Amino acid sequence: MSADTDQRATPGWIGLWPALMLVVFFLVPFGIMLAVSVSQRDPAGAFIPGFELTHYARFLTAFFAKVMGVSVGVSLAAAAICVVLAFPFTVFLSSMSHRIQTLALVVLLSVLSLSEVIVGFSLSTLLSKTAGISNLFYWLGLIDAPVAYTPSLFALITGLCYIGFPFAVLVLYPPVSRLDPEIIEAARVMGASGPRAFFGVVVPNLRSAIVGAFILVFVFTLGSYLLPQLLGRSEDWTLSVHITDQAIYQSNLPFAAAMSIFLMLVALALVGLASLAGRQRGAA
Amino acid sequence: MTGWLKRAYVLAILLLLLAPLLVVTGVSINGPQTMRFPPVEPSLRWYGALFEDSAWLVPLGHSLLIAACASALSVAIALPLALFAWERNGIAARLLTGVGLAPFTLPPVISALGFMVFWMTVGGYGQIWATIVSHAVFLVTLPLVTISLGLKGIDRAFLEAARVMGAGRWTVMRTVIGPLLLPFIVSGYAFAFVLSLNEYIIAYMVAGFTVETIPIKIFNALRYGYTPILGVVSVLFVALAALVFGLIGRFGDLPRLMGAERSRRE
Repeated sequence: MSADTDQRATPGWIGLWPALMLVVFFLVPFGIMLAVSVSQRDPAGAFIPGFELTHYARFLTAFFAKVMGVSVGVSLAAAAICVVLAFPFTVFLSSMSHRIQTLALVVLLSVLSLSEVIVGFSLSTLLSKTAGISNLFYWLGLIDAPVAYTPSLFALITGLCYIGFPFAVLVLYPPVSRLDPEIIEAARVMGASGPRAFFGVVVPNLRSAIVGAFILVFVFTLGSYLLPQLLGRSEDWTLSVHITDQAIYQSNLPFAAAMSIFLMLVALALVGLASLAGRQRGAA
Repeated sequence: MTGWLKRAYVLAILLLLLAPLLVVTGVSINGPQTMRFPPVEPSLRWYGALFEDSAWLVPLGHSLLIAACASALSVAIALPLALFAWERNGIAARLLTGVGLAPFTLPPVISALGFMVFWMTVGGYGQIWATIVSHAVFLVTLPLVTISLGLKGIDRAFLEAARVMGAGRWTVMRTVIGPLLLPFIVSGYAFAFVLSLNEYIIAYMVAGFTVETIPIKIFNALRYGYTPILGVVSVLFVALAALVFGLIGRFGDLPRLMGAERSRRE
């Protein structure tokens, strides 16, 4: 044993167990999914091993184009709204006291960890006719009678923003809190107004962090599976919903696997892009 | 912008996030079986009804069992992984960390379908232990992140001192690293526990038809119409999450755990 290995607190074999677990239960499932995506459909529920690319060919159909359009559209809208709201929120929050930051983080983490089914149920209650916000508008005299705002595209995007917002704040929180407060101080001393310092100094300094957060929130909302079913109409179903629908209700596991592989490649490419954007910050 | 305007903005957003939860709390205390807000004839009778209804108690038991076991297994994978990667910079350490971070970064439906075809192939589809193992692997990212953060904060001088005093590897681990790391292990476990409780898609695709968990039960119940028990369960889950994160915030340093470097306790 060399002196070098002696210096380490842990022996090398300690990595074998996690490696085994992750390979068997994470990489192998992906391998199987890849194999399923080129196998033959078995209407009885499973799949027949084989090699065909018919399931990937279905990406060229109008059905798939429409699903992709909806998925990308709603996620882009939600990610944009989340980042626009979350960025000033995070900047303001990170200058507040430790106590307030902790309190806000407890709220954000609690909302973020909530099951989508609970979020969907809560929001559909809030937007419903009998218990919802329209009763407040009615009471204020803004509308003639209480109405239901769900299911609709508006309700779906509201839901995605609800789950995306805490995520956006938590992604922005580390880079924002690392920003040196002295550069804002410097801008103020030089005579910049509050908003001027914000848009002229804070935003440009964190531009790549904002881009990174936008992409990560986009991928996060792309994964939403229950909200499109609980808050949207069936034409608002996203790729995530269709993957499950094909796998379980349409008994087309190979097509579901092919769509899943596609979604994974899109997500990986985007996450890679986001980490590149994050790294640029150090160089800038 | 002036201080109070900033505070008003932060407060307004937090209130917006809490609004749907307040309405759900309101509807959960309706006396009759209706969804009204403000509540009619407020009573806590649906809270009692939950604990007498086996249709809800069985999924609750499943959820708690899965969450407790899955997060323990998750920590058992993440701890050696974090320790391994801590002092090593080679390709193996980086690859392992990357794979450990992946499940949580990808849209969950991908992992869910992967687990589903995996358990269908090797057997175990529809079994509760398959859900436990799947959750453990899916959630491994959380304890991995918290434990790695804890390791980053350990002063090497302590280890050096212990070694100079003649402590062996095991003694250093038990008396120095272990105690310093414990809060991070506990928070990692707590994060994984809360997320496992609330996880829907993996539990559904691995064993949804045989092992009902609370999120699956809520979704199924929603199709058959409204009952205030839905509100009751939601309130309890929100309260549980708030309690867990509140405790971490009370006894730990939540801003630092979330990646803030400058925020200090005053």
